[in-house]
Parts: sequence; structure tokens; C-alpha cells
Amino acid sequence: MRHLINILDLTVPEIDALIRRADDIMARPEDYWDACAHKILATLFFEPSTRTRLSFESAMLSLGGQVLGFSEAASSSAAKGESVADTLAVVSGYADIIAMRHPKEGAPIVGASHSLVPVINAGDGGHYHPTQTLTDLLTIHHVKGSFNGLTIGLCGDLKFGRTVHSLIGAMSRYENIRFVLVSPEELKLPSFVKQEYIKDRGIEYIQSQDLESVLGDLDILYMTRVQRERFFSEEEYLRLRDSYILTPEKLKLARPDLAILHPLPRVNEISTEVDRDPRAVYFRQAHYGKFIRMALILMLLEEAAK
Amino acid sequence: MTIDSIHNGYVIDHIPAGSAMALYTHLGLEKLGCPVAMIMNAQSKRMGKKDIIKIDGDLDLSLDVVGYLAPGATVNVIRDGTLLEKRTLDLPEQLTGVIRCRNPRCITSTERDLPAAFRLTDREKRVYRCVYCEAKYEK
Repeated sequence: MRHLINILDLTVPEIDALIRRADDIMARPEDYWDACAHKILATLFFEPSTRTRLSFESAMLSLGGQVLGFSEAASSSAAKGESVADTLAVVSGYADIIAMRHPKEGAPIVGASHSLVPVINAGDGGHYHPTQTLTDLLTIHHVKGSFNGLTIGLCGDLKFGRTVHSLIGAMSRYENIRFVLVSPEELKLPSFVKQEYIKDRGIEYIQSQDLESVLGDLDILYMTRVQRERFFSEEEYLRLRDSYILTPEKLKLARPDLAILHPLPRVNEISTEVDRDPRAVYFRQAHYGKFIRMALILMLLEEAAK
Repeated sequence: MTIDSIHNGYVIDHIPAGSAMALYTHLGLEKLGCPVAMIMNAQSKRMGKKDIIKIDGDLDLSLDVVGYLAPGATVNVIRDGTLLEKRTLDLPEQLTGVIRCRNPRCITSTERDLPAAFRLTDREKRVYRCVYCEAKYEK
């Protein structure tokens, strides 16, 4: 059974095929209206999420399928103490495919090993979020036309930001990539991510605590939110939250063809005045998420049917 | 000091000096009813000093535990008074149910009946990472 836990479960040709499929869906959505008729997607969200869950549900509904599920652990059997293994063993009998978010890292691996149907990791703690990365890749493909030869700045919470880890892993497989890692000392990229995806692959990178000094070098700026839910101490969260705030003033230092991405939701790390800047593509990025998830659901269901 | 020869059991030799107690605990040898002898700081030509454990009884010996806690140790399997097998153990590629993941965000911290599992990712530096959350194991 094919699942998607980590973006690196997909080969580069498979990602290319998903992007081509998403492009085709965007161009001719009517061709896909019944592609998943009589199929059910279960969205098991043990941790609240608006965007990812709605995007998955919208994707399945747009394919003519149906959805069921829960949006927080409190309204699921987890509140009664049911294990992830048992929940997936049961729910996989009610659905054809499952999208699962869980606050514990590695939970989708446990879920997938007990599921009768494909499981998509919709985010596991600070670990992986592969469908966000697919969304990011589709966005980069649309705004830059290629994945090669890009200087990608990642700014904010690089320690707990699962979207950052997944994006670095995915982009590190392309040619002439350069990473610029901007974060406070406390939220630096974990050493194993840096070692495995950047150093071991001989990729050029710089680390900085100063966004302004590197902004002019970037093709892509991937902003992230400092996530309150990843901190045990509120005091530490508040201290780090305002480390980087992108404003129109700072953007004067950036190239005219910069693309500003953000996995959303944002808190205050991008000023709302930036939304009017043509370089801000984060709302388009969120919309792309639906189409790449449609392509992914189709791919996994097709493979499961083989 | 006299220790009777073993009829059915194991001799774990070439244990790095000072590691036998940890091995004794992790292998659960205190729960066995059979004779167990621990020799600490024995002379060794190769190692200078070494520890040895002799177990005169049958048990399901976890070679992963021995390999992890005492890499380089040799396990001699004795059956009916003769040496049946001799194996030199190195760090195991996988380690299941031996050490616990210390990442509080890892699924193994809450999921029932899920033994912690680790993968050896750097043999030279002895780095194990959790199979689930990929956190590095820190002693």
C-alpha cells in the first residue's frame, strides 16, 4: 500500500507528474468532476487546522468524492484514550483514503502501518508536512518556471517549522540550489536536517540572523510563523515571535522578481501592507494547495487500485 | 576464584570494562533463576581490561542489546557443554525496545504498545535516530 508520509517518499519524476496533473486540473477542472465518484476521503485531524483540512475536503469534493472525519482530537475517540493504531484500523474500513494530522511526530507512520487504505500525512508535530511542500513546489513551478538555479531564503522558525524541513528536503534534489537560512539562534535549523539535506549533498548555504542583509540575494523568500503550540514556555514564544516582520520598507531591498511564500496562517510576520505587493504570492499558494491535493488523491487511489 | 563451566548457556566475552552492569540490567539477568557470573576488569591482551558475563541457563538473549551496549563483544553459545556458536557483535542496524525516545513530541511517548525503534544513521559516531520522529538518541 502506497502512503505519503515524507515528501521524499515521492521521486522527482513523481513530483513532476503530480505538478503536470495539477496543471491539467486547473486548466480543465470539468474533466475531473467525477474522477473520485463513490470514493470517500476521511480527514482525521487530531490537531486543529483550517487550511489543510478544508483544502483536502475541497479537493475531494471537487473530484466528485465525499468526505467524513473529525477536526480535533476532543471530538474523536482519541479523547477516550484510543490509540492511533486502533483509530486507523477502524476508520480505514470506512474510507478509501485518509488524510491525517496529529500533534505527535511519527504518528502517521503508526497510522499507515495499521491502515487498509492509503494514508496521507497532513502534518505530524514539528516533523513533516508533505502536502504543504507539494503546494510550495507547485507555487514555485508557477512563479519561477523551474526548480533549478534558485536561491531560496527560509526565514523565521526553522527549528520547529515542519514545512521548512520538507521544502529543504524536496528542493535539495534539484540543481544549483542555494539556501539562505534566516532565524534567531534559538530557532535554527536542526543539525540533522542541515547535515542530511544540505551538507551531505554539497549544497551551498549561508546562515544569518539578519534578514535585511540577505534579502537582495533571494529568488524565493519562504516566511514562517513562530508557532505558539511548539513552545512549552509562553515567555519564550513571545520573545521570539517578533524576530522578523516583513514590511514594504524591507522589501525595497529585494529583487523585483522575488516571490514571497508563506504556508499560512500568518500572525504578524508579514505586514498586511505587503499583501498588495505583486511579489506576495502566499494567497495564490494556498489556492494551489487544493489542486495538488487533488492530483495526489488521484495518484494514491490509482495506485491502490492496481 | 572458581566459576563452574557452563553446560547450557552463554559466555559474553570482550565486554568493554565497566559495561557489564549495564548489560546485566538491560538483559534482565536479575530476573533469571539460573547462575549468572560477572567478572569485571579481567586481564585482556587485546583490550587491556574487559568484563565477562557467564549465564548458565537458557534465555532468549537479545543480541541487539549486547551489540548496542557492548560493541565488539563476543557471544559464545554453549549447548551440552560444547561451543555451538561464537559471534562477534557490532552495533545493530535497528534497535527495537531497548532504548526510549526522549523527544516528548514523539508518538512513542503516548501510543500504547509501541516499542521505541531506532535506526543506526552514523556507525562511526554511534548515532541512532528514532524511526518515528527521527530525533537523535541522547543518553
